[in-house]
Amino acid sequence: MSGDVFVIAEHRDGAILDPTYELLGRAKALAGASGGEAVAVLLGSDVAGLAGSLGTAARVIVIDGPGLASFSPTAYQAALVPLVREREPALVLVANSGSGMDVAAGLSASLDLPLAAYAIDLAIDAGGPLVTCQLYAGKIQAKVRFAGGRGIVTAVAGSFPAEAGQSPGSPAVETVAPAATDDRVRFVDLLRPEAGDVDITRESVLVSVGRGIGEQENIELVEALAAALGGAVSSSRPIADLGWLPRTRQVGKSGLKVKPRIYLALGISGAPEHLEGMRGADLIIAVNSDPRAPIFSVAHYGVVADLLDVVPALTARVGG
Amino acid sequence: MDYVVLLKQVPDLAEELEIDADGTGLDREWLSFVASEWDEYALEEALLLRDQGHGGTVTCLALGVETGAVDELLATCLARGADRVVKVGSFQVPPDSHTAAAAFAGALAHIHYDLILTGVQAIDDLDGQVGPLVATRLDLPHVSVVTHIALAHHHTTVTVHQEYAGGVVAEFEATLPAVLGVQTSRETPRYAPVSRIRQLMKTATIEALAAGSGTGSGLVIEAMTIPETGSTAEMISGNSQAIAERIATILAERGIGPAVAR
Amino acid sequence: MGRELPIVKVDQVFELAEAVVDGVDISGHWNRMFSQRSVTEYPTEAMDWVTSLDGGESLRDCYQCGKCVPVCPVNHVGDYGPRKLNAKVLRGNNLLDDPDLWLCTTCGNCYRVCPKEVNPLRIMPAIREQAVLEGKVPDELSDVFRNLQKSGNPMGESPRKRIDWVAEAGVEVPLISQLGRPVDVLWYVSDYTSYHPRGKDAARAMARVLTALGVDFAILGPEERSDADSARLAGETGLFEMLAEHNIGTFRKYEFKRLVVMDPHAYNAFKNLYPELGWEGEVLHYTQFLAPLVDRIEFRSTIELDVTYHDPCYLGRNNGEFDAPRRLLSAIPGVRLTEMPHNRANGYCCGGGGGGMWLDGFVADHVSERLSERRVREAVDTVGTDGTGVLSVACPYEPSRFEDAVKSTGNDGRIVVRDIVELIDEAMQPPQPPQSPQPG
Repeated sequence: MSGDVFVIAEHRDGAILDPTYELLGRAKALAGASGGEAVAVLLGSDVAGLAGSLGTAARVIVIDGPGLASFSPTAYQAALVPLVREREPALVLVANSGSGMDVAAGLSASLDLPLAAYAIDLAIDAGGPLVTCQLYAGKIQAKVRFAGGRGIVTAVAGSFPAEAGQSPGSPAVETVAPAATDDRVRFVDLLRPEAGDVDITRESVLVSVGRGIGEQENIELVEALAAALGGAVSSSRPIADLGWLPRTRQVGKSGLKVKPRIYLALGISGAPEHLEGMRGADLIIAVNSDPRAPIFSVAHYGVVADLLDVVPALTARVGG
Repeated sequence: MDYVVLLKQVPDLAEELEIDADGTGLDREWLSFVASEWDEYALEEALLLRDQGHGGTVTCLALGVETGAVDELLATCLARGADRVVKVGSFQVPPDSHTAAAAFAGALAHIHYDLILTGVQAIDDLDGQVGPLVATRLDLPHVSVVTHIALAHHHTTVTVHQEYAGGVVAEFEATLPAVLGVQTSRETPRYAPVSRIRQLMKTATIEALAAGSGTGSGLVIEAMTIPETGSTAEMISGNSQAIAERIATILAERGIGPAVAR
Repeated sequence: MGRELPIVKVDQVFELAEAVVDGVDISGHWNRMFSQRSVTEYPTEAMDWVTSLDGGESLRDCYQCGKCVPVCPVNHVGDYGPRKLNAKVLRGNNLLDDPDLWLCTTCGNCYRVCPKEVNPLRIMPAIREQAVLEGKVPDELSDVFRNLQKSGNPMGESPRKRIDWVAEAGVEVPLISQLGRPVDVLWYVSDYTSYHPRGKDAARAMARVLTALGVDFAILGPEERSDADSARLAGETGLFEMLAEHNIGTFRKYEFKRLVVMDPHAYNAFKNLYPELGWEGEVLHYTQFLAPLVDRIEFRSTIELDVTYHDPCYLGRNNGEFDAPRRLLSAIPGVRLTEMPHNRANGYCCGGGGGGMWLDGFVADHVSERLSERRVREAVDTVGTDGTGVLSVACPYEPSRFEDAVKSTGNDGRIVVRDIVELIDEAMQPPQPPQSPQPG
């Protein structure tokens, strides 16, 4: 049993992914209180070179094997279960990602180790680890502890600052072969989104435009902003009805329901039919010239201004 | 091909959620329950896989939770076209995911399955997702966040897509039997007409199986709270530059924009 | 010709061997008459199927005269008319897969003029029910069915929020469950009036009007469930019956003399359909309830507005009430009432009935503009665009439909939409100090 805080690293195309950095930063901050070190666990094939990007960790354990050349839930589970069983860290931190969900729950059931999911905060106090979890579409928060003082945490991306995990360093690297393999799930290919039309239900940043945009040619201002933010343009119904944007961009009762991380509502009044399609967004920022627009009742931040002034200014600021 | 779908009900978020007197759980008085959205996608995929050429049976399992309306949930599964429905065990309140996984695993020992589908997650999954927990108990391979399922014609493997952030997707081939956590179905879950559901509630057979036992989630809930949300937006004022600056900062705090290394 | 024509069998042939009328001998084949049969060269299975459905019988009576076509509101904006549906069925088309199945709003104007009394208000729900049973429903509509199933209202909102509007009514609104005594008027508030922001405006106005008149009233509050009449017309009879069972159970718990409803669709359900489901009582649309009391209303302001009244299909044409709303409007001091060209029994549908409220996205691909947009244009032509024009309504579907249409037809700020009760309430207030004009 150790006081170490393990972070299961995620990587793609030769780079560590941001959620891993978030967890590393947190692990390092907590390792002392935990009575151990922040340890990054990196799985792959010939990945020792990547360990250099994990400088925030005190140590890196590399599990290297041909069967781990790409992520596979079974291969990762087979390799991690024996390691965690042997090393008995106090905490195992996993990102709440497509791959993380498989890994964390698989570890939990195999090792009979409790799992606290959808964490938005993690601390250690006199009572041991304390996890703050987000439930019921964000409407409820639960503070939980592990009955045995040890457990697995899956954290929601964006909960911790990634910069805290990006400090340079030369951690000790230990390379091991996977203690077991399991190829019942085999990686075939990585598919990237086409440059065709966008599925707005899968975008994490939506810049949405309503009648306040005025003229059709103003839409290109909004497109520029969306590009600068790495998001996509969506709209309220009237814009789709006018044919200024394809109906596939329409958000609302007769359009699509979206739950992006960021929803910028520009010139959208916020009729209930529209709110129905987007009120679940994590962060809603509304810009409307009417201070009584109903959109402000669901927005987290509001701006009463002409969007034709705000949008170019914002594009310039974030576009660099 | 025998498909099994694991379903549950969750509190309807249209109702205001309130915390109970202890401060560690939800106040159940005004809760109303609906099928977990992702479980409906899982059922829809099972029905489509069966009907679009592969044949077989679709069996739906749900835990016998006394709060909520499990009989109606199972009747709705039959109304949508499931072949068989089974109520597993008996629980006074909805159990945690680990308990649920143990319960299902126990029942699944008595059911033949080639592919088990369940929703990738549910809104009350405090201790993780049922799909991979059940799979690991049964020593089955599992893939979560599945957005595409294609059965090989020889029925011994299945090709799936696992979705990551930014629209990136990994294609996997999994050996059957396997467990899939379904993120979305290729068609919207079909509508079950009320007259058919009501008729099935009167006439259908809902089988019963004992739940397997487990040790629970191992979590202790210290406190459950409703986070503060303002009823109106925090207003940002100033000239366009000041507004742009403030918005850019808010976005950067969430990892959007130039402050984040990409 | 080498083609073999199918022999269309006729059920019965009526012929009197001996017949002399007014001295004219018309014995034998001179008085031969055939019973009703389809005039078609096509096999009759499709028509037989429709007419075998409960409510579908009258489709066979159509003889393609075309009187229904110019009065059909959808025909004005698309290539659709009731006659077209009959033609399709005669040709053997499967309507279950046909988008045309969902264009009819059951406004009833065709039935009004049909010499054969072909009745789409019964035919549509019959065929649509079969589509629903086969899962062939547009998603937009089935989403609403789900909400009605789950929460008893089309929005899917909590039943407990049905009384959210009460807090700002400014008057007490008693819940019948808390009154513990019989009441004169049970006021059925209805879905959109309870949940939609503009509906809530009308609810509050009505509460104030009832209070000012000293009416002994109460509401059901969270016990109230949708009448679901539009869902019934869109094919979900099971849902309608399930909610009717619930509402009837609730009505039976309490003692009240009259049921007063805001919504013509609820009016239609309670008056015409609930009796055969086990509940009968005195049902009044709120305009019918208020009209006899109009002389007791104390108007303190003058509303100098040009008002035109939109007859809701389910209050006007389909249930015969045209006068009560007009009596109320005429009584408001300052109101200048003008009729639109399509008025009273020939009123032009707003597009919300028969499920149309929840099919706008689907229907958009089949019409050049929404019915509500066409109607708003007509209203603008009638009362002008100088900002004093009001399109007044008496159905909770309409404020949102028409206000959307005012914006999308570019008439924002030129005409406003008001429920009649909002105008009455406004005229009951003391005169407001002059204000700068507010956007509509």
